[in-house]
Amino acid sequence: MNGRFAALALAAAAPFANGVAAAPRQHVVVIDKMRFGPLPNGIHVGDTILWVNRDLFQHSATARDGSFDADLPAGKSGRTVMRRAGAIVFACKYHPGMTGVIKVAQ
Amino acid sequence: MFKLFAAAGAAALLASSALAADKPNDAQIAHIAYTAGTLDIEAGKQALAKSHDKAVRDFASEMVRDHTAVNDKALALVKKLGVTPQANPTSAGLKSAADKKREELAKLSGAAFDKAYVANEVAYHRTVNGALKDVLIPSAQNGELKSLLQTGLTLFSEHQQHAEHLAASLK
Repeated sequence: MNGRFAALALAAAAPFANGVAAAPRQHVVVIDKMRFGPLPNGIHVGDTILWVNRDLFQHSATARDGSFDADLPAGKSGRTVMRRAGAIVFACKYHPGMTGVIKVAQ
Repeated sequence: MFKLFAAAGAAALLASSALAADKPNDAQIAHIAYTAGTLDIEAGKQALAKSHDKAVRDFASEMVRDHTAVNDKALALVKKLGVTPQANPTSAGLKSAADKKREELAKLSGAAFDKAYVANEVAYHRTVNGALKDVLIPSAQNGELKSLLQTGLTLFSEHQQHAEHLAASLK
């Protein structure tokens, strides 16, 4: 009886432990004063990033590997869905000095 | 050598006119900042008309787009504050130096144009950023104007870095 209960508990916990069944989440990255703000932790494949451009200037969030690309007019926001895992290098295609690395887990 | 001379000349120009004597007032600062932006927009448009190099054209587009955004904001701000930008020797000096440079660049084409345009962008941003940091921002009285100038400095520092990288890649 105890064994069966333990197995059930494990089965219930497993989807959360490996992240597969977790619902996609949205994370926010703020762009201000020509910088990408702090990058959130715990990003998984399937999650969305909302890029909020608070600058007066047009920016973009463009992955070097082509896995995402959002044009962000001044004062506007854009969303990208993380399609692959890894440390993804990205930049603003209009301001090459603005770069970041976002860590995406499976 | 010429580049150094040109940059030093522009810096001396900024230092010798409105900046060294009396501190510029907000109406003069607005005029200087707006003029500096307009001149770089014109330089960018000249590059877009003449250059065939993708990296140079991308940079020139960035200059036109970003400086236009800042100047639009500056115009809206002076209107809101009821300030009329005031002509001054620094603005006039910047304009005459830029007019001369535009004529020089007009005679060049291809890689020679690209190199000269980008070298001038490095020198120009260095000069304007130095003036913003050392004179214009410290002298600005109105908080909103000061804040816009600071935003401009952050942007133009990125432009300077971009121009320096581009200049290195064109060698």
